[in-house]
Amino acid sequence: MIKLKLNGLEVSVEEGSTLLEAAQFYGFPIPTLCHMEGLSPYGACRLCVVEIGEGPRSKLVTSCTYPAEEGLVVRTASERVVRARKMIIELHLASCPQSKTIQDLASALGVRQQRFKQEYEDCVLCGRCVRMCNEQMMAGAIGFYGRGEKRAIGTPFDAKSEVCRLCGGCMHVCPACQLRCTYTEPEKAVCGGCANIEPPCLEKEQFDDMMCYMKPCVACEIEK
Amino acid sequence: MKQETTAEMQKGREATEMIDEEVLERIIGKHAEKLGGLIATLEEIQRHCGYLPEEALRMVAAKTGSSLVDVYAVATFYSYFSLKPRGKHLITVCLGTACHVRGAARVVDEFERQLGIEPGETTPDKEFTLETVNCLGACALGPVVVVDGRYHSKVGKSKVKELIEGAISGDRADIDIDDGRIFPLDVNCPRCNRSLMDAKNEIDGYPSVRAIVAGARGHGLLRLSSLYGSRVTACEADILDGEETKMLCPHCHESLVVEQDCIECGAAMAAMMIKGGGKALVCSRRGCGGHMLDLG
Repeated sequence: MIKLKLNGLEVSVEEGSTLLEAAQFYGFPIPTLCHMEGLSPYGACRLCVVEIGEGPRSKLVTSCTYPAEEGLVVRTASERVVRARKMIIELHLASCPQSKTIQDLASALGVRQQRFKQEYEDCVLCGRCVRMCNEQMMAGAIGFYGRGEKRAIGTPFDAKSEVCRLCGGCMHVCPACQLRCTYTEPEKAVCGGCANIEPPCLEKEQFDDMMCYMKPCVACEIEK
Repeated sequence: MKQETTAEMQKGREATEMIDEEVLERIIGKHAEKLGGLIATLEEIQRHCGYLPEEALRMVAAKTGSSLVDVYAVATFYSYFSLKPRGKHLITVCLGTACHVRGAARVVDEFERQLGIEPGETTPDKEFTLETVNCLGACALGPVVVVDGRYHSKVGKSKVKELIEGAISGDRADIDIDDGRIFPLDVNCPRCNRSLMDAKNEIDGYPSVRAIVAGARGHGLLRLSSLYGSRVTACEADILDGEETKMLCPHCHESLVVEQDCIECGAAMAAMMIKGGGKALVCSRRGCGGHMLDLG
C-alpha cells in the first residue's frame, strides 16, 4: 500500500493505481472526458488535471496517467486546478459545442458562456473510439493518422476496413457524437440539464456502414 | 548504378501493381526482428519505390503482424513519407525561419510558376514533385533548395530555372539504393577504450580496423574495412569458412563479442564503440559479413 496526502487527507491506496483512481475511491470528484473504465489511460483531454507537490515546485499533471507515489501531496480542486479545468473545458466547448457530454462537463464546472470561436468539429481527438476498437473489440480498424492540425481518426486509406465488424463500439463511446437537447440552436447558452444521450448518427441515412466519424457528422448538419 | 536506380524507381512508379514482391519481402525481413524497425522498413520501401504504395503498407502490416492502422499512422505522421506517387525529380524548398526571411517564399512562388504546380503536387508528366520542408539544418546557407538529393545554397528567384534544367539533365546526388550511406568509421574497444584503427594498413583507401580472431585451428590478426557497408577483410589466422570465431581487442585481449545475434546468420556479433557515439556490430562468423549500426 502507498500512503499519500489527498486534499490534506492521509490516505493509502494500492500500488499501481493512478491518482484518478485514488481520488475516485476516496470520493473526490474529478471530471474526465477521454478517460473510460476498461480502456487504457490516455491523458488526451487534460480535464483531469490535479496539482501535485508543494509551494513553488507544485505542478499540474493528468491524474488519469499519473501513478500514486509514496508521500505525494495531491490537491484535486485547488484554485489553480479549477482555473485550468475551466479553460480546458472552454476550449473543448469551442471545438465541439454541440456535444452533450462536453456541455454537461462545462456546466458542472460553472462555465456559462464562452469567449472562443465555435468550430463544430466532428471529433475532439479524445481517442476513446481508437482504444475501444483496439483494446475491447480487438479489431484495430481505426486509428489516428496525420500530425498536428491534420491529425484525425479514421481507417487506413479512408477505405472501408476489412477488420471492422461494424460493432458500433466507437460510436457508443464517442463524446462528440452525443447531442445536447437544444441541438437545433447551438448558439444558445450552455445547457446541462437534459438527458438526451442517443447517438445522433442513428438518425442518419448513412447508417449503413456505421462510421459516423468518416462522413460529415451531425456537427456539420447543424452548421447548415 | 545511377541508371539502374533511376530505372528501378521508374519501374516502381509506373504501376503500383508492379511492385516487386520479392524485394519488399527482403526489405521487410531485414528489419522485421528489430523493435522499431518499422520506420527503417518504410524508409527503404520509399527509397525503392519513390513513395509508399498502399499494397506495400498492407504487406508490411501483414508480414510484421502489426495492424494496418499502426503502419498507416506512422506513414502519415512523418512528412518524409509520401503516400502519393512522386515525380522523377524531387525538389524540396526549405521554408524554415532563416530561409524564410531570406526570401524562400519567393523561391517557392517561382518554382510554382515555372512548374505549374503547388507544393505537395506532381507535374502531370510525372517529371517534378515540389515539396516544402520546415528546416534542413543548413540555416546559414539559406534559402536552401534540394534537388534530387543535391543541396543548393543561397538560391534566389533567378537560380530557379537553372536548377530545373540541371535536374532534367540528370544532376542528382549518387545515393546507393540498397546499402545507403557509405562512410568510414573510427572505432574503439568497448572494454579498454583504446583505438582499434590501424593507420598503417589501409583497406579501401582508409585506415583499417584491427582485431584478433581465434578459431578452432588458431588465432591471428584480422583487418576489416572501416567503410561502413564494405565487406572487405584481410585475415592472417587460419579460420574455416563459416566458422564462428572469438573476436578480441588487440590491446586488452578482452572479448568484443556481445549478446546480439547477426540478422543474417544468427551468430553472435562483435561490438565496437564509434567515436562520437553509438556501436558498430559485425558478425563473428567467417564469411558472413553481416554488420549493423546501433546509434541508440
